[in-house]
Amino acid sequence: MFRRLPDGKTGTIALTIDGAMVIARAGDSVAAALLLAGLDHCRETPVKGSRRQPYCMMGVCFDCLVTIDGVANRQACLIPVREGMKVERQIGARDIAAPSTGSTEGRA
Amino acid sequence: MADEATSRDYDVAVVGGGLLGASIAWGLARRGERVVVLDEGDITKRASRANFALVWVQSKGLGMSEYTQWTVRSSKAWPRLADALKQQTGLDVALQQPGGLHLALSDGELEKRRDMLRRLHNQPGAADYKVEILDRRAVERMLPGVGPDVVGGTYCPLDGHVNSLRLFRALHTGFRMLGGTYLPEHAVSGIEPLAGGGFRIATENGAVSAGKVVLAAGNANRELAPLVGLSAPMKPNRGQIIVTERLKPFLHYPVTTLRQTDEGTVMIGDSLEDRTVDTGMTLPINAVMADRARRMFPMLARANVVRTWAGVRVMTADGFPIYNQSESCPGAFVACCHSGVTLAANHADEIAGQIAAGRLDPALVGAFSAERFDVQTAA
Repeated sequence: MFRRLPDGKTGTIALTIDGAMVIARAGDSVAAALLLAGLDHCRETPVKGSRRQPYCMMGVCFDCLVTIDGVANRQACLIPVREGMKVERQIGARDIAAPSTGSTEGRA
Repeated sequence: MADEATSRDYDVAVVGGGLLGASIAWGLARRGERVVVLDEGDITKRASRANFALVWVQSKGLGMSEYTQWTVRSSKAWPRLADALKQQTGLDVALQQPGGLHLALSDGELEKRRDMLRRLHNQPGAADYKVEILDRRAVERMLPGVGPDVVGGTYCPLDGHVNSLRLFRALHTGFRMLGGTYLPEHAVSGIEPLAGGGFRIATENGAVSAGKVVLAAGNANRELAPLVGLSAPMKPNRGQIIVTERLKPFLHYPVTTLRQTDEGTVMIGDSLEDRTVDTGMTLPINAVMADRARRMFPMLARANVVRTWAGVRVMTADGFPIYNQSESCPGAFVACCHSGVTLAANHADEIAGQIAAGRLDPALVGAFSAERFDVQTAA
């Protein structure tokens, strides 16, 4: 559905989405990588379980929340991809009690 | 005379459409009264949209044991209110009454709390309900994840919480389904008793007449009450609230200053300021609130804050409710209280019933007359 426009970005970055390797370009947002990966949703909402995709791509709608390197509820459209980044689709609410949540250190 | 009073536009005009006014109006409409709610507009400062949504018993009533009894009564009547709203409107106000805790972050805080509860329960006529003093181990069993600074707390099984925005919506929805008339942008500017009974109520958008009038306008009751021979001394204060992102349920009991809502956000509300003019947030107060919350539940340090707001609390001069019928203008009632959520069940049932009957029951609410303020101040 989405394809890349010629935008002069160079350099490839390898990350994983739900464990699958995805190649993005340096300067891409995580949301762009999610859309280019062809997934039909990036999260399920905490209350009703509705599926959501990145929408506004500018930090206001909060529909692109995903888990990045173990930290949930991160706005994928505001975070640039990094080599080796582990992105997971977020199902339901963030769990701050779980050890796998990780720390907030090193956030973009 | 009765004929003239019943020929008015409405049986009852409720001034104020917040939680207190809406509870009474809904209760009156359920009893078959023709009711109009005269409300301000959307931008009005409204405690009903800023509150913390606790249905709370412990700590209520020091200095007036009748207030404890009144609060216990409402807490016990709350499931009936929630069921009635659900059945009528389909809206679930998410009432949860697992009991609630107050946490102490030092031995001094715990001792102060213990002392306060002891005095509360030793009052003549104190309501008979249980509050347990918990040591740290007992708190840990109920609240896994509690921080090392928590030394203990108190637990009352009657405490709980609701989704107060949904309560607000359910009362208004139910009121309209019962044929009630809601008029926003109708701030009241004057109330005039009519010959033969009833009142003419002037608003910014025209006048209405009603057989009875109920002042439920929060802190504005202070100005409205004297128009019909009543008084409502108020002393409002300001509170601030911090709200986190939605989180997986981890907090299974509401805490006095911290609760996780039915939809997963955590609300932190731990402040009290005298100034009530502005709606802005103050960083030092927010920082203290956030820090105390983090000491109670260290995992909250990882949570993102998504909203903050400030609201003005409705507060009478002594903190206890006021319910009165005017002696000089019978049919005019005033109702004020701080706890519009906790007492909603009483307002929808007891108070609405008594207003419909035209007489406040002295046995139930006599203690809440504003006459208690009429003692002379020592010079």
